[in-house]
Amino acid sequence: MKLPVWFHKLGSPPYVYALAGKLSPWLGAIGCTLIAVGVFWGLVIAPPDYLQGDAARIIYIHPQTAYIGMQAYVVLAVAAGIGFIWRLKVAHAVAASAAPIGATFTFCALATGSIWGAPTWGTFWEWGDPRIMFELLLLFLFLGYMALRAAFDDREKADRVSAILGVVGVVNVPIIHYSVLWWNTLHQGPTIMQLGAPSMTTDMLIPFLITMFGFMFFFYWVLLDRLRAEIVEREQGARWLRELLAGSRP
Amino acid sequence: MNHAVPVLVARNVDVRRGGRCVVRGLSFGLGGGGLALVVGPNGSGKTSLLRVLAGLAPCAGGEVTWNSVALARIPAEDRADIAYRGHLDGLKKELTVEENLAFWAALRRQRSGFDELLAALDLHGVAGRQVRFLSAGQRRRAALATLKVAPARLWLLDEPMTNLDSAGRTLVAGWVSEHLAQGGVAVVATHRPDELARPGATLVEL
Amino acid sequence: MDLFLIVLKRDLKLAFRRWSELANPLLFFMIVTAMFPLALPPNTAQLQALGAGIPWIAALLSSLLALEALFRSDAEDGSMEQLLLSPAPLGSVVLAKVAAHWIVSGVPLLALVPAVALSFYLPVEALAVLVPALLLATPTISILVALGAALTVSLKSGASVIGLLVLPLCSPLLIFGARATDLAANGEATAGPLYLLASLAVLSVSLGPIAIAAALKVGLE
Repeated sequence: MKLPVWFHKLGSPPYVYALAGKLSPWLGAIGCTLIAVGVFWGLVIAPPDYLQGDAARIIYIHPQTAYIGMQAYVVLAVAAGIGFIWRLKVAHAVAASAAPIGATFTFCALATGSIWGAPTWGTFWEWGDPRIMFELLLLFLFLGYMALRAAFDDREKADRVSAILGVVGVVNVPIIHYSVLWWNTLHQGPTIMQLGAPSMTTDMLIPFLITMFGFMFFFYWVLLDRLRAEIVEREQGARWLRELLAGSRP
Repeated sequence: MNHAVPVLVARNVDVRRGGRCVVRGLSFGLGGGGLALVVGPNGSGKTSLLRVLAGLAPCAGGEVTWNSVALARIPAEDRADIAYRGHLDGLKKELTVEENLAFWAALRRQRSGFDELLAALDLHGVAGRQVRFLSAGQRRRAALATLKVAPARLWLLDEPMTNLDSAGRTLVAGWVSEHLAQGGVAVVATHRPDELARPGATLVEL
Repeated sequence: MDLFLIVLKRDLKLAFRRWSELANPLLFFMIVTAMFPLALPPNTAQLQALGAGIPWIAALLSSLLALEALFRSDAEDGSMEQLLLSPAPLGSVVLAKVAAHWIVSGVPLLALVPAVALSFYLPVEALAVLVPALLLATPTISILVALGAALTVSLKSGASVIGLLVLPLCSPLLIFGARATDLAANGEATAGPLYLLASLAVLSVSLGPIAIAAALKVGLE
């Protein structure tokens, strides 16, 4: 299968290391700015929700963390799949880097959801809620992936075995999502959720989107930085790395 | 795909084990009747090399081809042409010797009927006993019996003489000679190359 | 097809020669089931509410126990290596092994389940759904646990991590199966979840062996 040149370049650790180094400060700057702007807008400028008052302001953080967590899993699965099929170390490094970040975002989604739930539902946890269950299962998928990786001594084997798990997991994610939603339609919970209502007014929608993109850039910033660290660790002793480090000595 | 003369070619092969490169840039070629003896101290990578030659593990660098086909691309039906016998017996201990051999034969679409074979290996008396009740030597002989159950033109043997008494060793050496005489190819890892050495054999020292 | 049957017959023969191992998952199923009323107040209404779900949880956990070492004995005695090198397509071999295991462990479980369900005061209408639902779900459970077993085949401590890998993937089965049983107990329509369980079974049996075979090849490299 003939692959374009850029694809081959992306398989080279030194190239990706350099590229990531150039891109990541920009992603970080944009991401942090957008988050700061969005959070300020959401907390101060945007109007309070007519039902929940100020407690609903977490809508500028909570759904975003959940969405980015899901995106992280897709990034993980795609990278792992590419690494498995074409035997690219760099792709496996991306998957390895994405996992802890995705797990953290998913955990934050659960935590911010808890914070939201306490004043609005009267409870910090609601087993009957489909989104909580889905986020929890997604967190377990991340943790399972990381645990499987950690169990292998041989890094290459760890990469390839966990890649299979990642790909199978990503196929399951929509199935799990659907099943949890169906489960909830049967479960008559004591509270009715009003999270992330699609009919958001513009003055709520704008900060919502700003923080959404902000967290996305933030995610890729952290991912690229982690990726660089991962590449350095994997390429210990490689000539390009030694030359790079030698060159950077003043 | 059937070639008149089997050819095993290793080109610049690197073998990794546990993250370390144990074999670097190994190249050799064997035609019909060719024998390669792999020698080296324990831990030098003999087993890892044989597993790469069998196609169980990918080589970290270089390429191995059998009959001009890269190992990884050999179709399933042709895999029976390569026989690998490692340290592990490959026998189910709850099955009898005969049942193990019958399963082996069935997978490779060969007919059953091992009386002669078992007699030659002095296993006739234990043919109906479950492998778990056999001695180490008997198990090794049963594992090697599978070599004769289905014809294979490439034999990859990892220290086949382990646990065998002198009668067993003579028998296996005889089989290897016979195999080579019929145009087969063999790569044998061994601590005692003198038992199998012959003129024209390639020596691979790790 | 004939290679599938050859491997199936061999594995069935092996299973019956290790008959004590066959009994363990079934006993485990019974013990786990018994743990619930011990830990929870055993009043009728409570148990009835739980009765739809308990057989499912117990079945999942006992499958973990039964299948966890599905490939390990083959890996340890070298026969898995030889299967990888044989002309048999690995997908068929895997499917045959999982099928043998399901016949030997899954089907007896289905025989135990009605007694257990009735003991939790589950109405007979629910039972009429519970057994077919388990029949549809257990192949999927077997495939998913086999995948976990294949991923951890070369690990010494595989048993400890396999649950973490497999249980989240099994959650849809738990949801559709247990809820379907519950719906039946309340006299509602259950065709939807049963069809979903059936489609998950088809999906897992057709695609699962590919992933399992890949995991075995990588694990034994």
